[in-house]
Amino acid sequence: MATKNELKVTAEAGKQDLFIVREFDAPRELVFEAFTDPDLLVKWLGPEGMKMTVDYYDARSGGSYRYIHTDEKGNSYAFRGVIHEIAAPERAIQTFEFEGMPEKGHVSMDTAMFEALPNDRTRLTIQSVFRSVADRDGIVKSGMERGLKEGFNKLDELLKA
Amino acid sequence: MRRDVFQAIADPTRREIINMVAQQSMNLNTIAQNFDMSRPAISQHIKILTECGLIIIKQQGRERYCEAQLKQLAEVADWIEPFRKMWEHQFNKLDDLLNQMKTNKTKKHGNKK
Repeated sequence: MATKNELKVTAEAGKQDLFIVREFDAPRELVFEAFTDPDLLVKWLGPEGMKMTVDYYDARSGGSYRYIHTDEKGNSYAFRGVIHEIAAPERAIQTFEFEGMPEKGHVSMDTAMFEALPNDRTRLTIQSVFRSVADRDGIVKSGMERGLKEGFNKLDELLKA
Repeated sequence: MRRDVFQAIADPTRREIINMVAQQSMNLNTIAQNFDMSRPAISQHIKILTECGLIIIKQQGRERYCEAQLKQLAEVADWIEPFRKMWEHQFNKLDDLLNQMKTNKTKKHGNKK
């Protein structure tokens, strides 16, 4: 029976990290591959309505990456970082920076942990640590703004109907 | 008609109104004075906000006061939710991709069962 795998996002007040936890109905080698192979990454990473292109992605310990999300209006958002460790299939650690920040140096460190579960399932836990509580809240709220924009889109659709 | 809460807060003026009355209840005139907009226009915004239950209007003497409905607001103000939705969207796509990968693997190596 296929039950929906619930996604948990935890950002405790006053702390500068956040956790993303999700289970998948696939063995962890596959989940790890989908996470660290740029050809696969472009197929799922990025907010709704955005197209992802990879500038470079050297998926090995000590490598680096840069990718760009482009929306339908042609606005693009670039992200880059270095890969601290690729320990297949259980761990990937990398830094992450949004190039569009008004000020440079707001980098977070993301640790993705892949845990093998019975029945060929996998639990993924991502911990993102930010420089400050404000940095973390800013990233979470950027989702809020997008959500509000989606609210606008929904309104447009309603008006069209 | 029960209005969509998200639709109600998608408008910057209405968000501003919510912010104001969330601090303290205000009468309609006071709210209108804070905006460079006609009274009827503000009334219309307030009407939408009351229709989706984000604020209620209480009569106090000759004045009508707008009061924020904190419980309803909390539903909207769950600031993590849009971020979570974004990740949910991505992970749903990842589910599809993983299913595809599983199918490809089975094809490549024959049926493992």
